[in-house]
Amino acid sequence: MADIAVKVHDLGKRYDIGTRRNGSPTMLREAVSNAVRAPFSKLATLARRVRPGAPRILEASSVLPNHIWALRHVSFEVPRGQILGIIGPNGAGKSTLLKILSRITDPTEGRVEIHGRVGSLLEVGTGFHPELTGRENTYLSGALLGMRKMEIDRKLDEIIAFAEIDKFADTPVKHYSSGMYVRLAFAVAAHLEPEILIVDEVLAVGDVAFQRKCLNKMEDVRQHGRTILFVSHNMQAITRLCTRAILISHGGIRHDGPAAETAGKYLMASVSTSAERVWSEPLSAPGDGVARLRKVRVRDESGSTVDAIDIRRTFGIEMVFEVLEDGHALIPSLAFLNESGACVFMTSDLDPVSSGNPRHRGIVTAVAWIPGNLLSEGLLLVSVGLRTTRPLKKHFYQPDAVAVHVVDSFAPDSARGDWDGPIPGVVRPLLKWTTQFTEGAAAP
Amino acid sequence: MAKDLNQGVAIVGGALPEGVPTSDSSTQPLVTTVIEPSHGWAPLNLSEFWEYREVLYFLIWRDIKVRYRQTLMGAAWAIVQPFMTMVVFTVFFGRLAKMPSDGAPYALFAFSALVPWAFFANGLTQSANSLVHSGDLITKVYFPRFLVPMGRVLSGLPDLGLSFLVLLGMVWWYGLLQVRGPLLWLPALAFLAFVTALGVGLWLSALNVRYRDIQHAVPFLIQIWLFATPIVYPSSLLPEPWRTIYSLNPLVGVVEGFRWALLGSGPAPGLSLAVSALAALALLITGAYVFRRIERTFADLV
Repeated sequence: MADIAVKVHDLGKRYDIGTRRNGSPTMLREAVSNAVRAPFSKLATLARRVRPGAPRILEASSVLPNHIWALRHVSFEVPRGQILGIIGPNGAGKSTLLKILSRITDPTEGRVEIHGRVGSLLEVGTGFHPELTGRENTYLSGALLGMRKMEIDRKLDEIIAFAEIDKFADTPVKHYSSGMYVRLAFAVAAHLEPEILIVDEVLAVGDVAFQRKCLNKMEDVRQHGRTILFVSHNMQAITRLCTRAILISHGGIRHDGPAAETAGKYLMASVSTSAERVWSEPLSAPGDGVARLRKVRVRDESGSTVDAIDIRRTFGIEMVFEVLEDGHALIPSLAFLNESGACVFMTSDLDPVSSGNPRHRGIVTAVAWIPGNLLSEGLLLVSVGLRTTRPLKKHFYQPDAVAVHVVDSFAPDSARGDWDGPIPGVVRPLLKWTTQFTEGAAAP
Repeated sequence: MAKDLNQGVAIVGGALPEGVPTSDSSTQPLVTTVIEPSHGWAPLNLSEFWEYREVLYFLIWRDIKVRYRQTLMGAAWAIVQPFMTMVVFTVFFGRLAKMPSDGAPYALFAFSALVPWAFFANGLTQSANSLVHSGDLITKVYFPRFLVPMGRVLSGLPDLGLSFLVLLGMVWWYGLLQVRGPLLWLPALAFLAFVTALGVGLWLSALNVRYRDIQHAVPFLIQIWLFATPIVYPSSLLPEPWRTIYSLNPLVGVVEGFRWALLGSGPAPGLSLAVSALAALALLITGAYVFRRIERTFADLV
């Protein structure tokens, strides 16, 4: 038990919607007519609304359709020292989960046990007041985030130096540029020392350099053995920082596993494409009288289907098709599209033996091997096709048949080397370099 | 990918047993927090109050720092407000209406009541709107919510102190300043005003989150309360059985106490003070419970 930092059991949060809030006309009219008909019924409803948690009300409102479960039946455990990524589409319940864990809002059901001091960063600049100076806001925000005054006294200079606002420490923050504001806010947060840190999308603000600073700081925190729960839409940040991630969608946990795997699942769900696709119905399968697609999948070298692959590893796209007519030389081909829709490359099987000769009827399994250290990180959508040349004829073309998530694990033996910043480019090949050196010669 | 995971575990898992420098907190026992849906009338958590005392301090400090920023007159407002009210009251009620004042000069009679009244009325107004105006905090960070209305009331203390100095000056000007035992009651009377303002502030701030009608009702409530308190008139106008019932308004005890302690007017208001103190306590306790009751929905409603 001692090595569990956070234990969430069957957590649920229900929001009642449409009742009383913003005074919807029907409700207001009903309220008025009720008030006219029976003055005391108004008082009674008022008294009941004042006590929202009463079981009687729970029963009453669960009959009505006007409530939603933002979160339901959520259970997971976080071991001490783990960085847990929490991902999912907007409105999935991630923020609700963090708010419950930070004790901002009450759960409707279930239980959470937290072992250790919690610091939560749900926004940048918690408690900042525009009229107060940078120094004053450091105290205010620090105290609200859980720092003791003595602790802030001790770290004040360090925080101001970290934020690079030395000259403006005594200027009201309303005169700050947005960059200075964010830097100060983050500097305060970065000097928190809770045992469990809850971070929400803080990295979404600020420029690339600032985001990198955040990531580095979190890595720092990780090396101090602290537990972090980290919500982000940035899959690169998730796969880089987290060992494990959970995917939340429609208020429940849809996947719980290694970060890269979960991130892959999420990305694939967002394009509604997975790592494997099988056409069991011959009629709906892409194809014609000559050949018909049976199955496409992403596999690793050992043969298992994978959603996500390390950027350094070789992986294969395997397509299985059925030849229905003898005598055609069939050439399978693949096209790889990245998340922004750009075609990264195309490839066809040009082997004179396998695709140069006419086929007999039967099942063909063709695998294209994509070497490690070639592609850039991110999601790739793979389209598959089959054609005959002389005369050219397309038998099938299936766009976005499968998807694979290429994951940068920040290993120094990948093409990134020791660099820890972002790397642009649709491909990231690890190339051989040759250098020449001539000693002492001036430029010609 | 599997290797990926192992690598991560090796980093994280390895860090602990090998004793990579962790903070001093690792030597302390871990605090365990249990989060569950709360049911019924949750009890007040006074240990939390102690734990979060510094947050309260900084909330008060912020309110005080911010209140008179970017104003021309600054903290002078703390004095101007009750003082000008006193002048108006003296002209209209004292001079024109010839209101009795228990033998004290009417200006002094009014001002000695207006000083605690201003503390109460400002504290009440501030705290009633405090939660609604702190939505950005309430939805982003946890701390005991009652610190917000409490901080607002307490941040009126410097203003009370300043206007009290002016009051002392006035008493001296009228030649009535004496060092007397009853003066020692003044802090207790100020505390009574604080308890009342906090009690009503807890009620109204919590209800205000749910029913924004409150913020429109507060100015009206204050106006009525002003006349339900012996500020412009002496409570000696009321016959005795009513006078004690009248003291259920805790401000009656506060105002009468202030006049008795400072001006020595009338006998010690023992009974009405006791009634007022009990009424204030009842307000505080019920306010605290209602607040706790609605507290858990604040973040969803603000």
